[in-house]
Amino acid sequence: MRRTAKDTEESARKVRRRAVLMGGAMGAFVAVLGARMRYLSVDQADEFRLLAEENRINIRLIPPARGLILDRNGKLVAGNEQNYRVVITREDAGDVDLVLRRLASIVPLSPEDIEKTRKEVERRSPFVPIIVADRLSWTDFSKIALNAPSLPGVTPEVGLSRAYPLDIDFAHVVGYVGPVSEKDLEGIENPDPVLQIPKFQIGKIGVERWTEDLLRGKAGQKRIEVNSVGRVMRELERVEGNPGENIRLTIDADIQNFTQVRLGTESAAVVAMDVETGDILSIVSSPSFDPNLFVRGISQKDYSVLMENDHRPLANKTVQGAYPPGSTFKMVTALAALGAGVISPQTGVYCPGHYEVGGRRFHCWKRGGHGTVSLGSALAESCDVYFYDVAQKVGIDKIAEMGRLLGLGEKPDLPMSAITAGVMPDKAWVRERYGQEWRIGDTINASIGQGYVLTSPLQLAVMAARIASGRAVAPRLIKMIGTEEVPLAEAPALPVQAAHLDAVRRGMYEVMNGTHGTAKSSRIADETMLMAGKTGTAQVRNISAAERAAGVVSNDQLPWERRDHALFVCFAPYDRPKVAVSVVVEHGGGGSTVAAPIARDVLLYCLTGGLPPLEAYPAAQRGRIETQFKEMKLRDTGAATSAKSRA
Amino acid sequence: MSFLEYRIKTAPSGLRKVLYLNWPLVLLTCAVASVGFLMLYSVAGGDMSTWAAPQMKRFGVGMALMFAVAFTPIWFWRNLSVMAYLTSVALLLVVEFFGRVGMGAQRWIEIGPLVLQPSEMMKFTLVMMLAAYYDWLDPKKVSRPLWVLLPVLLIVSPTVLVLMQPNLGTSIMLLAAGAAVMFCAGVSWWYFAGVAGIVGGAIYGVFAFRGTPWQFLHDYQYRRIDTFLDPTADPLGAGYNIIQAKIALGSGGWAGKGFMQGTQSRLNFLPEKHTDFIFTTLAEEFGFIGAFSLLLLYAGIIVFCIFSALQNRDRFSQLLILGFAANLFFYIAVNLSMVMGMAPVVGVPLPLLSYGGSAMLVLLVGFGLVQSAHVHRPR
Repeated sequence: MRRTAKDTEESARKVRRRAVLMGGAMGAFVAVLGARMRYLSVDQADEFRLLAEENRINIRLIPPARGLILDRNGKLVAGNEQNYRVVITREDAGDVDLVLRRLASIVPLSPEDIEKTRKEVERRSPFVPIIVADRLSWTDFSKIALNAPSLPGVTPEVGLSRAYPLDIDFAHVVGYVGPVSEKDLEGIENPDPVLQIPKFQIGKIGVERWTEDLLRGKAGQKRIEVNSVGRVMRELERVEGNPGENIRLTIDADIQNFTQVRLGTESAAVVAMDVETGDILSIVSSPSFDPNLFVRGISQKDYSVLMENDHRPLANKTVQGAYPPGSTFKMVTALAALGAGVISPQTGVYCPGHYEVGGRRFHCWKRGGHGTVSLGSALAESCDVYFYDVAQKVGIDKIAEMGRLLGLGEKPDLPMSAITAGVMPDKAWVRERYGQEWRIGDTINASIGQGYVLTSPLQLAVMAARIASGRAVAPRLIKMIGTEEVPLAEAPALPVQAAHLDAVRRGMYEVMNGTHGTAKSSRIADETMLMAGKTGTAQVRNISAAERAAGVVSNDQLPWERRDHALFVCFAPYDRPKVAVSVVVEHGGGGSTVAAPIARDVLLYCLTGGLPPLEAYPAAQRGRIETQFKEMKLRDTGAATSAKSRA
Repeated sequence: MSFLEYRIKTAPSGLRKVLYLNWPLVLLTCAVASVGFLMLYSVAGGDMSTWAAPQMKRFGVGMALMFAVAFTPIWFWRNLSVMAYLTSVALLLVVEFFGRVGMGAQRWIEIGPLVLQPSEMMKFTLVMMLAAYYDWLDPKKVSRPLWVLLPVLLIVSPTVLVLMQPNLGTSIMLLAAGAAVMFCAGVSWWYFAGVAGIVGGAIYGVFAFRGTPWQFLHDYQYRRIDTFLDPTADPLGAGYNIIQAKIALGSGGWAGKGFMQGTQSRLNFLPEKHTDFIFTTLAEEFGFIGAFSLLLLYAGIIVFCIFSALQNRDRFSQLLILGFAANLFFYIAVNLSMVMGMAPVVGVPLPLLSYGGSAMLVLLVGFGLVQSAHVHRPR
């Protein structure tokens, strides 16, 4: 191919022309790109910078340390313990199986644990730490730290977890904490963001739950830089939160422990109250359970053991249990009748062993009858017919009114779960509840605390305290919040004549110290701490006419769940009352034999501030009491925690 | 006088070739590549071995290759053009049937340890072929329909093969580069106007047929277009790339966040941060000043190429250089438009900066051809 130079030159010129054109177009586009660049990174820089910050910064909450729960002397009841645990991160571990096998040779790990961890590790993102073992001992924990080089991806961590050093003693009062559940969140309108922290512990029942707002504290915050998949790169800023308030209960841990041990395996409830202030010194439901199990996540096996126990360890019988008060209710009937003026303390009533009204025959517990009794002897010997008679004269509405004055049928205001109001029936209540008219027989039953009447052991203790003090003392469970004393509720004098109260108190004194007193075997011998009380035995079954004809079967011969409840209320010292105690032993048999001795021991412990001295007991009983005390395995409740220290 | 004789007489030999190299172009190339190493070091979180070191090694190999190509006489390359073009097309066919599938597309063939991306090779063999064609063709005939049809076929057949892989980005590049060579060769304006009209119609068709069995593009390509038009519609899905890229670009400001301080890329919010989106890291860390400087460096390369073409009187050399310059320009323009939200995300790397072996080698071989044309230009 040949071309002339002229042609070549011309075509080359044409190419140059086009090249310049193309270059110009390119230049124009470069200008457009530059302008766009400027628009994005200069004109809109602020907006995009904000978006970049949002991308990169995450705010994480630092869980606050939960407030401590202390007893009235500052002993630790609920604290926070260091929880040593190890976590594994897949991306750092490399061969997860190998690392887990090595870990298992250092600390005890069951094959199921390993399998569970492996599954969890596979399921989650590679950078998410998975808990392999929780609540390790310090020894195991340090072993892992020591072997860290051969355990890639395994990190020992320390967190805080709730612990109850006095385990079963405070299970029902203080309750326990657990991880926040969906259900917990549903109930709260504006949930604290701290609740979103995985496995954050909140109070589930008891004081832990009802003072949750005080105990929780305020979460701190840390601003952390995260990458696009949420992995934490570094911490930018940290604002510590406020730990929760410490709460000091009115309960004395030593009394509480003594009471718990004294009850042993009985299905029972005991409440001891300061008569003056209403402070609850001890409130025990037996049998109990270890709240630490719930914090750690209770196993199905442990849980079914608790659920299947017919003594119902999970129930807090002191406030949830509603029992017929039995004869312990007789003070109410008496005070109502005295107040209404239908009787005087000296009025006599003849007891032939039964009482007939409305064509029905109501029996006294003593088949042969008590003969002529007045208020004092009727209380001392617990004559039923006397109260049938005066109750019929005063009427149920007056009795119910007096019951309410003494705290029955009303829900006590305490930070505890499932508190019952009990039942203090009157005519209106029956009409509303059952659509029936009140019958005379109902009054007869109510007069001795049977029938519709239901009370909790706490209410009985309040009743005893009010009779003892003559004032409307209200129970108090929380003594101090942080360093502030919780003010005492006002306790106005009861609208009851002092003479009437004296008469009833005298009757209660006779119960313990009279020659015919039903609980004379449980009296306190020490003159300075003389006791006043009232026994009660609540039927849990109806006694049919046929049974009665065959002779009433004694409690010992009945299966446990059909035996009577044993009740007892008391206060001491008689002349200047300090402490009131109520005892309910489910299916315990008689109030005098089972409940009264327990009440005496607790009362003495409260009054003397330690294991009761044997001198306080009648001489004949001292040997038996001494062995009984020796066999009790009391706990060392530890030293008082200073208010500022945090476990 | 034969061109062959004329050239041999004036062609430099030995060390003079080194002197005749277009040194500013070499330096600019090295400068841009160095910016690339810096950014690869930064996006790897301050680590050389991840991306920067392999890239430097490849650049070294590529530079050696560039010099080898540059010192080989340009007429040797011209005579090789047809062969190179046919080989590339053949390899594309091989890829079509036996290629390895990666990223949802057939793009590679493996010959022993060598991984070959024929679509990359096609970029410069097509330009060579067209330049050789117009060198051979009488300049008076360039606008005759038959002589226009032939180069169009030369462009379209590899383009279709690349599109079938599917690799939309590269096929667009091939079309654009081919068209640029034809334009520079002096093909009549009317053809370009006609093609523009047809392309407009085609775009209309692409959307008109969407959702019917005859739709032209893959669903993912349609989605990319949708995302381009409104990236906020799907911020965590298809729109994520563009939004995050714009955030990175925009948050740089005038002077940037500083070297290794770009939160978007260092914290992995940026997708493809070491390949197609590497420019965003530059803009984030060095701001408008850094980004614009890079743009100027690129512009410098293209300007020197065009000057080189203007100085050259050999038709093949001129067209080769211009075709290469246009190709480079289109890559830069499409990549930058893409990361700045002005064009759909089509998967076009940024020349010399993005991490990747084939592209780097091909580019440097291309520079070698430009240099060869420059060194052996008629004087």
